[in-house]
Amino acid sequence: MADRMERTDQPMENNVVVAGIGCSGNLVHLLEGSQPYGFHGIHGRSLPISMGVKMAQPELNVIVVAGDGDFLSIGGEHIAPQAGRNLNITAVVMDNGVYGLTKGQSSPTTELGRTTSSTPFGKIEDALNPLELYLTLGVSFIASGFSSQPRVLGRLISEGMDHQGFAVVHVQSPCTTYNDTYEIIKGNPKKGIEGTMWTIMPDHDPSDRALAYARIQEGGLPIGVIYKDTRRPSLDQRLHEIQEKVPARTTQDIINSFQF
Amino acid sequence: MRKQNLVVRFAGEGGQGVVTAAEMLARAAASVGYHVQTFSTFPSQIMGGPTWTQTRISTVPVHSAGDELDVLVALNREAYITHRDEVRHGGIVLHDSSFEAHSDSGDIGVPFDELAKRAGEARSANMVIIGALAHLVNMPLEYFENFVRQRFKGRDAIIDSNVAALSLGKEHAASSEIQIGELDNPIKPSNEQIMVKGNEALALGALAAGLNFYIGYPISPATTILVFMEHNLVGPGKFAHQVSSEIEAISGILGAGFAGKKAMTATAGPGFSLMSEGLGLGWMAEIPCVVVDVQRGGPATGLPTKTEQSDLLACMHPAHGDVAMPVIAPGSVEECFYGAVMAFNWAERYQGPVILMSEMSMADRAQNIPKPDLSQVKVEDRQVYRGGNGYLRYDGFELSPMPIPGSPGAYVANGSEHDAMGDTTHLASRHIQMTQRRFSKLKLLENEAYEREKASEPIAVMTWGGSKGPSWEAYKTLIEEGEPLAWYYTMFLHPLPVALVEELRKKELVIVPELNYQGQFSSVLRSLGIRAESITQYTGLPFKVGSLVENIRLKAGAMREGMVKA
Repeated sequence: MADRMERTDQPMENNVVVAGIGCSGNLVHLLEGSQPYGFHGIHGRSLPISMGVKMAQPELNVIVVAGDGDFLSIGGEHIAPQAGRNLNITAVVMDNGVYGLTKGQSSPTTELGRTTSSTPFGKIEDALNPLELYLTLGVSFIASGFSSQPRVLGRLISEGMDHQGFAVVHVQSPCTTYNDTYEIIKGNPKKGIEGTMWTIMPDHDPSDRALAYARIQEGGLPIGVIYKDTRRPSLDQRLHEIQEKVPARTTQDIINSFQF
Repeated sequence: MRKQNLVVRFAGEGGQGVVTAAEMLARAAASVGYHVQTFSTFPSQIMGGPTWTQTRISTVPVHSAGDELDVLVALNREAYITHRDEVRHGGIVLHDSSFEAHSDSGDIGVPFDELAKRAGEARSANMVIIGALAHLVNMPLEYFENFVRQRFKGRDAIIDSNVAALSLGKEHAASSEIQIGELDNPIKPSNEQIMVKGNEALALGALAAGLNFYIGYPISPATTILVFMEHNLVGPGKFAHQVSSEIEAISGILGAGFAGKKAMTATAGPGFSLMSEGLGLGWMAEIPCVVVDVQRGGPATGLPTKTEQSDLLACMHPAHGDVAMPVIAPGSVEECFYGAVMAFNWAERYQGPVILMSEMSMADRAQNIPKPDLSQVKVEDRQVYRGGNGYLRYDGFELSPMPIPGSPGAYVANGSEHDAMGDTTHLASRHIQMTQRRFSKLKLLENEAYEREKASEPIAVMTWGGSKGPSWEAYKTLIEEGEPLAWYYTMFLHPLPVALVEELRKKELVIVPELNYQGQFSSVLRSLGIRAESITQYTGLPFKVGSLVENIRLKAGAMREGMVKA
């Protein structure tokens, strides 16, 4: 992400990283070297905060960093509106399937039956499929990545940032303390574990919604761009179109319209 | 002696044009130089249900909707029965002739719809009513005819039928030979006037202050501000948008305030409750923004279309933790304009959220006010950091210039306790320093103006918000009767002007009329060492002047008796 920020000819201060609360939120403080602006807000509200920043200054490059609890549980209500607006930001969602900061409670992506500190007899809710959710809600760019493949992940985030519209890069980012799924994802030939990750082949057409759905249904952890809709204008582009059409009035004009 | 005042209430079913008739009467009267004010109350539904609107017309500026009715216009029997007791002695009932009505001083049945049809426009029943009213107070019909010609300019057929409706209404009423006395000629105000509702005045004030980012969520009685902004906040660098909840609204304006905008949202009680955590974030991260709370009756869904002043304590302390939010509460439609300007000036000056409190009775009431002169509006902008990188945004114990994204000086706006750069720290020394810093900034706001009359009297009246109008009229009445009373008033409720607090501390008693059960403002005053007692009312309606006169006299009398005995 930092790499992509540095790659453009824009100065670093044109980047704003908006974070929620949770382990992911600390990312805003961890960036090294030349600093972007940061907004470490409140739990679950990184998307609407980023909307405020982006629509205040559409030329800024706005990135949201959030966790599965922050983005999908308490903040879940904010995904659909941004998808409908096609807000021109990139959200990097770090999914570890657990509430790590509060020491290991279950999250929406924790699997059914799993024992955590808040589900001592096993989780009695089904796990959410985030990729399916994003596709259903109309997120216009959906990618899936893995934290132990930083180079691939960097490319996915960079592509998300290039996308004009609402981009979600969903990253499996296991919590080594409370939900270590590295082995399950990567596999371990010595133990006979196959691993759940697989790479989306170049012949996949991400502009095809039905194909995107099919890829998600294949299960496991797909790596790559699943869906990409470049036809929908982003919210700032739509606003710009209205501003071209509707004549602006001065405050004095508006006051005068109340004379009688 | 000719009448100086006329109070007319239009009552009927929602959708019968009750509000339109009242506003037309007000506009027509204002256009010839009368001072006018309307007040309405309606059920929380799209159409139907009992509704009423009151119009007061006066030769002098008006501060309240008027206690007693000179004329009750009853469009159905239910409306007549509900409202007949509020007709003053000598007042008249003008009613639809489909039912019987009686009044001591006179009642006139008018076939409103039939006359409207005869005039050639079934929707001109409003004009039939106004024509009949014109007869009752002997007002020249030309006032209204000119108004109709202006309003429907270019649509001759509509003008003709409306003018005909006016005449038919007047003729019909004249045949009864009932009149209630002639309204005195208007004294045209010397300065230009505009006719606005409280929410419109507030929205205009926000624009005048430089608002360029508005988002909101529909909620009575604040929705009209959102609608106004969607229509008027258009142009380069401006943004108005309806979002999916009040949580989105507060979060969004914080993002915009952080990115350098003058941002606002408006809501009412339930939405304000949802903004609680976001307001704490704005206080913590020091982000300028304005949140409007147009109060209605609460708690929970409460009384969505009624008026109350019961959010004061919530507005001063909207969030968990050590937070004391600046609060401005305008007391009239005109003050809604200047209160909004000051709310932005405060937000920019101290770098944080400001709560602008209004209430249903002001939000929806139309009134003539002097046209604001933009050249006289003083607009303040935040101190912006213009140096290079490596800036310590949160250094020190006091306000510091704010960097804006897109320019050097990157920092982290943080809702967690933070160091000078904005990075999270839980060090005690840092929390002490930052807490003191956040409270020290309130000192920048405590020297605003306040009103005072007869300041040497030991017993004072000091109301707040929309109760100002009726309280002021009650105060004037009591002064004329020889009651020795001081008057104090300010829209700057938190922090209160320090000089005002000093004065009030010397009073034997400060009487506080306010529309809530707990006596919220007087409890705030008592916490400041002021001997304050409330006169409360929680009916969903504004104070009546008569009841305030009586209650203030009682409280002041009891106090004086005690003072003599002691």
